Amino acid sequence: MTNTHVDYQLSQLDQLEAESIHIFREVAAEFEKPVLMFSGGKDSIVMLRLAEKAFFPAKLPFPLLQVDTGLDFDEVLSTRDSWVERLGARMVIATIDEAIKAGHVVDDGKTSRNRMQIGTLLGAIEENGFTAAFGGGRRDEEKARAKERVYSHRDDFGQWDPKNQRPELWSLYNGRIHAGEHMRIFPLSNWTELDIWSYIHREQIEIPSIYFAHEREVIERDGMLLSVGPEIQPKGGEKVETRMVRFRTVGDRTQTGCVESEATDTASIIEEIAVARVTERGATRGDDRFSEAAMEDRKKEGYF
Amino acid sequence: MASTPQTQSSAGEEAAAVTENADLLRFATAGSVDDGKSTLIGRLLLDSKSIFEDQLEAVESTSQSKGYDYTDLALLTDGLRSEREQGITIDVAYRYFATPNRKFIIADTPGHIQYTRNMVTGASTADLGLVLVDARQGLTEQSRRHAVLLSLLRVPHLVLAINKMDLVDWSEEVYEKIHREFTQFATKLNIPDLEVIPISALQGDNVVNRSENTPWYSGPTLMHHLEHVHVASDRDLVDTRFPVQYVIRPKSDQYHDFRGYAGQVAGGVLKKGDEVVVLPSGMTSTISKVELFDTEIAEAFPPMSVTIHLEDDVDVSRGDMIARPKNAPKPSQDIDAMICWMTNEPLKPRQKLAIKHTTRTGRAMVKDIQYRLDVNSLHRDQEAGELGLNEIGRVQLRTTVPLLCDPYSKNRTTGSFILIDEATGVTVGAGMINSGS
Repeated sequence: MTNTHVDYQLSQLDQLEAESIHIFREVAAEFEKPVLMFSGGKDSIVMLRLAEKAFFPAKLPFPLLQVDTGLDFDEVLSTRDSWVERLGARMVIATIDEAIKAGHVVDDGKTSRNRMQIGTLLGAIEENGFTAAFGGGRRDEEKARAKERVYSHRDDFGQWDPKNQRPELWSLYNGRIHAGEHMRIFPLSNWTELDIWSYIHREQIEIPSIYFAHEREVIERDGMLLSVGPEIQPKGGEKVETRMVRFRTVGDRTQTGCVESEATDTASIIEEIAVARVTERGATRGDDRFSEAAMEDRKKEGYF
Repeated sequence: MASTPQTQSSAGEEAAAVTENADLLRFATAGSVDDGKSTLIGRLLLDSKSIFEDQLEAVESTSQSKGYDYTDLALLTDGLRSEREQGITIDVAYRYFATPNRKFIIADTPGHIQYTRNMVTGASTADLGLVLVDARQGLTEQSRRHAVLLSLLRVPHLVLAINKMDLVDWSEEVYEKIHREFTQFATKLNIPDLEVIPISALQGDNVVNRSENTPWYSGPTLMHHLEHVHVASDRDLVDTRFPVQYVIRPKSDQYHDFRGYAGQVAGGVLKKGDEVVVLPSGMTSTISKVELFDTEIAEAFPPMSVTIHLEDDVDVSRGDMIARPKNAPKPSQDIDAMICWMTNEPLKPRQKLAIKHTTRTGRAMVKDIQYRLDVNSLHRDQEAGELGLNEIGRVQLRTTVPLLCDPYSKNRTTGSFILIDEATGVTVGAGMINSGS
């Protein structure tokens, strides 16, 4: 048993943990059919850890939903499998290819797989009748997200209406929805990137190995370092080089760039972040770079 | 196959320890479009090095393309496209920054009259309220209104930042006059702690760095105050309140008899051996164990999320409250509260709504609207009869389920509720309980 707290102080990281656990329990208690949207990235793994804590020793009272882009890194999938096995969690996998067949999304050859995730995700939520979907979004990620509620209401079309959000007061969350609508839930709303890493460090949480520095064949394209693979091949004057890199986010491997890094453990990553001069999205997500308002547009359509 | 190899970086270890151990201050900012609130927040983020290169570059280029003489720091926080077009902030936005001792969560709320509901939303979780006034204008109706709302929401600490001091030649007289006026006005309010700071958000004076332009000012800079204001004693560690959120019953072979009551501590300290009462049933038992995840802990206190075990097999479910037999709230169905109304259709007597209080949900009927509070003059209009959008008034409610409540002035968690329109599902009202009977 831990010692008596003489000062009754809770550190900010413990306060964030307590808040997130509260949100998980509230959703499990009030929604008929919640689901946790699992991307395999560090944020969704931290969500899993918090959910594990919220319901221990019971199993998670909801399944995990993953949108399989067909372009996920192998390291991400193997970490996912290890988590799912340890927690005995149920897993629902929605693939973009099946969504294309089912007509939820159209592959016109111009749309990125990341963007096609929207239709795939909404299709899976609708087909399975999920009423609440946990997402790993954080308000510090991007300007449009700074205004999103913890409980973010989505209409029949899965869309977010930023001008018509419900007020959210105290820790009293309003989970009322009509048939056909669902709620996005963001238990990590108040966490920053540094908080996430510090928590991974403290709890020694298993995350995909590509977050840590390793040697990889890369090419430089539009100022981003992309991993050479079946889909990414050098064109024009592009040169394949082996560099020491790590990924800061783990999306679709054709869209996700890596950064040069020597950080092979969590403490070194935290050191890097503490002095980082570029936000994690700005650095490595091709899909956010098209316009300043890119994220806002995708959110309105029903993106995470 | 844990893929988190540990350590090589002592600087990283240090940074992790700082993030882990820092405490937390949530504050709400209020001010109108022209008071320079967004600029001030941009300044706090910039000077605490919480802004990244790409973010700064983006606003620098936007500022240039708009032909501004200086980088418009307000662009850092004006998020949604429609806001950028109108040049105003239309919704509560949350911002984050940290110094070695504290992490800060800013609820950035718009100042316009029609957005009182946003201000109330932002203030509901705040430890501190920051009100901005333009030194040239002095106190306006709006700054008074912000102070009233912060006081009503029982935000324990208030900072009045007198901005644009550069435009009044750093005049001590101007500062003193506004200070005096505000202190006089504040005597009618509930503001336990007030700090008045002369600043220039644009130039950074007294924001993070002490200004050479205000030798007559001996108080703290804004950042120093935010870093050091004492918030730990704002919590109630005496009156035990544990709203049961979720009952954990694994129904597995390994944990066959496990029955834990999960929730977030709303008040007091809970520990093994404590005699407790479960409301509303009134059954008593003793705490046999307090757990955080898989670890037994000695004590639980606000705002910890824990699991409580009781010695006896009493019937406990979501919506119940665990308190002490000699210190428990009285279950009440007649509620006297201040309500902030947040939707176009006015609140009227006899209206029926859904109510959510702690983990309890029921229905409520409006018995009487006693008065409407004019947040500018504090005048109580007893003839009002209804509450319109963004109006605040004292209301009597009758609820279908008893609420296990405290006065809001004693406990912001067990003293607050929200009202929900049963047809649309939208949150339409925020309530602060005066008393229940």
